[in-house]
Amino acid sequence: MAILLDKSTRLLVQGLTGREGTFHAKQAAAYGTTVVGGVTPGKGGTVHEGWPIFNTCQDAVTATGANASVIFVPPAGAADAIMEAADAGIPLVVCITEGIPTLDMMRVLTFLKDRPTRLIGPNCPGVISPGKSKAGIIPGHICKEGRIGIVSKSGTLTYEAIHQLSGLGLGQSTCVGIGGDPLIGTSFIDVLSLFAGDSDTDAVILIGEIGGSAEQEAAAWIKSHFKKPVVGFIAGQTAPPGRRMGHAGAIIAGGQGTAEEKMQALTAAGVTVVKSPADMGAALKKRLK
Amino acid sequence: MKIHEYQAKTILARYGVPIPKGEVAFNPAEAGEIAKRLGGTVVVKAQIHAGGRGKGGGVKLAKNAEEAERITRDMIGMTLKTHQTGPDGRVVSRVFIEQGLGIARELYLALILDRAAARPILMASPDGGMDIEEVAAKTPERIFKEYLSPGAGLVPFQARKLAFALNLDAAQASKATKLMLALYEAFKGTDASMVEINPLVVTTDGELLALDAKMNFDDNALYRHPDIRELRDLGEEDPLEIEASKFSLNYIRLDGSIGCMVNGAGLAMATMDIIKLAGGEPANFLDVGGGANAEQIRNAFKILMADRNVKAVLINIFGGILRCDVLAAGVIAAVKELDVKVPIVVRMEGTNVEQGKLMLKESGLNFTAADAMGDAATKVVTLAKAH
Repeated sequence: MAILLDKSTRLLVQGLTGREGTFHAKQAAAYGTTVVGGVTPGKGGTVHEGWPIFNTCQDAVTATGANASVIFVPPAGAADAIMEAADAGIPLVVCITEGIPTLDMMRVLTFLKDRPTRLIGPNCPGVISPGKSKAGIIPGHICKEGRIGIVSKSGTLTYEAIHQLSGLGLGQSTCVGIGGDPLIGTSFIDVLSLFAGDSDTDAVILIGEIGGSAEQEAAAWIKSHFKKPVVGFIAGQTAPPGRRMGHAGAIIAGGQGTAEEKMQALTAAGVTVVKSPADMGAALKKRLK
Repeated sequence: MKIHEYQAKTILARYGVPIPKGEVAFNPAEAGEIAKRLGGTVVVKAQIHAGGRGKGGGVKLAKNAEEAERITRDMIGMTLKTHQTGPDGRVVSRVFIEQGLGIARELYLALILDRAAARPILMASPDGGMDIEEVAAKTPERIFKEYLSPGAGLVPFQARKLAFALNLDAAQASKATKLMLALYEAFKGTDASMVEINPLVVTTDGELLALDAKMNFDDNALYRHPDIRELRDLGEEDPLEIEASKFSLNYIRLDGSIGCMVNGAGLAMATMDIIKLAGGEPANFLDVGGGANAEQIRNAFKILMADRNVKAVLINIFGGILRCDVLAAGVIAAVKELDVKVPIVVRMEGTNVEQGKLMLKESGLNFTAADAMGDAATKVVTLAKAH
């Protein structure tokens, strides 16, 4: 069954005619994803790499029946692109773009409040349901079809977890990168509740990092709602306070958002928290026994 | 991005937040001139990007221009250590000369983004002039909060609520309301991530003024605020970090001996963590970005090798779609060109990984291949200790 993406996904690519958009649209199609077309304002009516290009999301949805969109639009236009996709009624929007201003994202989240669209990201690697479909930049060849879910704030650390699982013979149901920005569309809890209802997911790896309190909130929710085994890792155990560690959201501020407090909260919720990122796969395998 | 107090005050004043009279001085003579212009008692305040200056000796009263000049002479060039500067402290290169005020009350005011609620929050406390984290820990009931609607912004009634919670009289509350609304306009208009006024003072004449001001800005939004980007003070930053930022490398210098080169922020942090678990100390955080091409690898080596504490390097690249043979060629070229002498442990994943490993092995250079993150960390820590 998987979550978010499956064989019925009809993917639109906003920014398809750009370098990143073109590359990853081809990768997604090669993986078996049904890519139906692209949106680039001003290039409507043209054909790019065999895909029809539209001026607006509304045109694209009408013509192609797209039910998901992935965004490769530069930061200054990305918030606009998300809202356009939502307005066109696309139920799932995955925004890969890094560097969107926080106040723009605040407007986006307000805009999305009374619309049914689910936003994944921004500043994330996207979503993959191995063997079925992918939206984003997670490399398909490291994945293996299976029954473990992954939800993560970090991109390459998600690849690391996938790699470890696949190496141990454990495939994945769906892997979701929720992004490392202060304001994001979909939280750990949102993804966990989807995994809770997915009969094809047996256990979950949760990858957090310093900054904010999303991991603590996830821990509280897991404790009272989530019955499947969870293995957790928090990046930034050795990060100095007051410094932004790459991701806009990864900063320990005012003594809040440390790895320590997140690890404690998750442990108290029954999550197996590994100190070493090399142990994520092995710890999960152990929890399955 | 952070700016100095005097710069923050200039911005706030532009939006209508009342501030005391004052000017910045880069030398004692300028300080004397400004003090003369202001007349009477002035305050000399060291300008560094860190709080806690008063306790560290960075804020002093001067009764006249001569004294202001003398204090400035001592202050400029001094290394100021506060609880926020770290053990090395910061060298003072400029001071702010401000009029002295008769102070009746010290209050606290701040606007920040609440991540969980996805909206700004305006906070006020009657306990200004203190470390607000201490107030939050000991007497949280003395911090009043108003969550702002992302659509409506700060509505006057919310400001009034806070003003009356601070026990201001009617006239002062009206001034405070105007000040808070101006503060919100400044926050919104500059894409600030934080504005803090600590203390906001009520003078003996009943005026409200921002006696100190701190503003941080959203780095992602700086492209639309070139005037704010101009205010960056490179003297406050690590020279290697400045160099790295020119190459769009995300680099933070730390105290250890193991240089790290990683793609992706999360994996870079995790690599630091695993080095520490293996008994070593990371020399830096370095995210080379998604591309990790030959050019970026060379730039990254330049930065790493400029740090003399680095005894060994760990390259951890999870490319996915990246070709490891191309990556290996880039690493080999950079190491040859820059004549890197320290041992280098390489852990890479992607396509053609076996071919990449073979290239490193046959290069005749000081490479150690590692298969997994744990293996890589153990190897690099051993090599750093032996070096």
